[in-house]
Amino acid sequence: MHRGKGMKFVTDSRVGISNRKQNIAKDYSEYPGRTEAFWPNFLLKEWMVGSVFLIGFIALTIVEAPPLQNIADPTNTSYIPLPDWYFLFLYQLLKYQFAAGDWILLGTVILPGVAFTALLIAPWLDQGLERRPAKRPVAISFMLLGVLSVFYLTWESVQTTHWDQVHEQGILEVPGEGPEIDTAAPGYEIYAAQSCVNCHGQNLEGGAAAPALVGTQYTAEEIADIAVNGVGTMPAGQWDGSDEDLQAMSEFIASYGEGGENNQ
Amino acid sequence: MLQKIYDWVDERVDITPLWRDIADHEVPEHVNPAHHFSAFVYCFGGLTFFTIVIQILSGMFLTMYYVPDIINAHASVYYLQNEIAHGQIVRGMHHWGASVAIVMLFLHTLRVFFTGSYKKPRELNWVVGVLLFFVVLALGLTGYLLPWDMKALFATKVTLQIAESVPVIGGIAKTLLAGGEIVGARTLTNFFAIHVFFLPAALFGLLGAHFLMIRKQGVSGPL
Repeated sequence: MHRGKGMKFVTDSRVGISNRKQNIAKDYSEYPGRTEAFWPNFLLKEWMVGSVFLIGFIALTIVEAPPLQNIADPTNTSYIPLPDWYFLFLYQLLKYQFAAGDWILLGTVILPGVAFTALLIAPWLDQGLERRPAKRPVAISFMLLGVLSVFYLTWESVQTTHWDQVHEQGILEVPGEGPEIDTAAPGYEIYAAQSCVNCHGQNLEGGAAAPALVGTQYTAEEIADIAVNGVGTMPAGQWDGSDEDLQAMSEFIASYGEGGENNQ
Repeated sequence: MLQKIYDWVDERVDITPLWRDIADHEVPEHVNPAHHFSAFVYCFGGLTFFTIVIQILSGMFLTMYYVPDIINAHASVYYLQNEIAHGQIVRGMHHWGASVAIVMLFLHTLRVFFTGSYKKPRELNWVVGVLLFFVVLALGLTGYLLPWDMKALFATKVTLQIAESVPVIGGIAKTLLAGGEIVGARTLTNFFAIHVFFLPAALFGLLGAHFLMIRKQGVSGPL
């Protein structure tokens, strides 16, 4: 390809439709104005702008750590699902009555399907030769409607989301930050042999059905009472062993409680 | 020296026409922000490509540490972010870069639409561009699951419920995507393969066609 020659422009609106050969473009060299060689002049400027962009972008990644939440737990039923921000508008659409329940197909298939298909085949929906926005009001109106809908739905979604709850459920419990559990202690062996470990976890960290046993405010006597009689949603009769074992285990757990000697 | 190497190769393979096709062309005034600042709207396509290059490079480094199974995925992400030198920057570039790519792609699409640049003879390039948009959205969707944290799991469950609601093919599509009836170990390896092999392959093919056509047809004329 020759420099400045052979490159084609089409549908140039500075050339009247009547006196141009349809969609056969003129050479670049016949346009008014200053052209610039892509290599190396223009590309050098592009690289400089790109470098500034890259520095700003890396600064962002240093300032703001990418989020990571707790490991996936399918048994957690209270978690509010939230897609990444660029899918919020589709997610919000499903919350309206006309796009949910019996009408769910409208929200999941028909409306997004029509919009994205229209986007895909836009050249055949808008076949006029005019390129200026003011000269093709229908195409521009539909595009503005689509863009405004996406913005509005995203905005509505942001407004109706309980962000403090989303933030709270997203906090990562850093593994290994609690005290190290002495799994060789006699108290731990009793704990692991009883049913306690099933709900309260291998490291007293708790789980979906039971709280953590690290940092509790109970005394050893109160823990022994709870182990036998239950508390809250914990049923009674979980303990199955001797009184000596019960005392050893309770003291073991209490030692990881608030102010306990092992809770450092 | 460089010139000699070039000449040696050129004499045998005739690479000069190829080089001319790629780099030897003029940039017209109306798309050059150095002449009209408002022409910066013509930069969004290039910035999208730049961001996608960032995504490819950072993604290649992430796969050195990432383990796509439900036991280790979360721990490997935590490890690479907190224990590996500059791990936060590499994962941060990939995480935030996804959002930047989508913003740039959105702006690029709007620029092409409002300048009417998709009209004859550029219809095919527009279609390829919209397909690229879908591929990038799909990359965002599949990448969201890979850290295997709470938001990943539950967002994917919702996505698969939506897929399931599609008539006729919904059930099959959901089973195919999830690799079974539940979101679990198979889903994660599925999404990993789609995110790292299938979609990038489609992305490269479509990008190649996109660039081939823009070089063949040139940038659209001034309004």
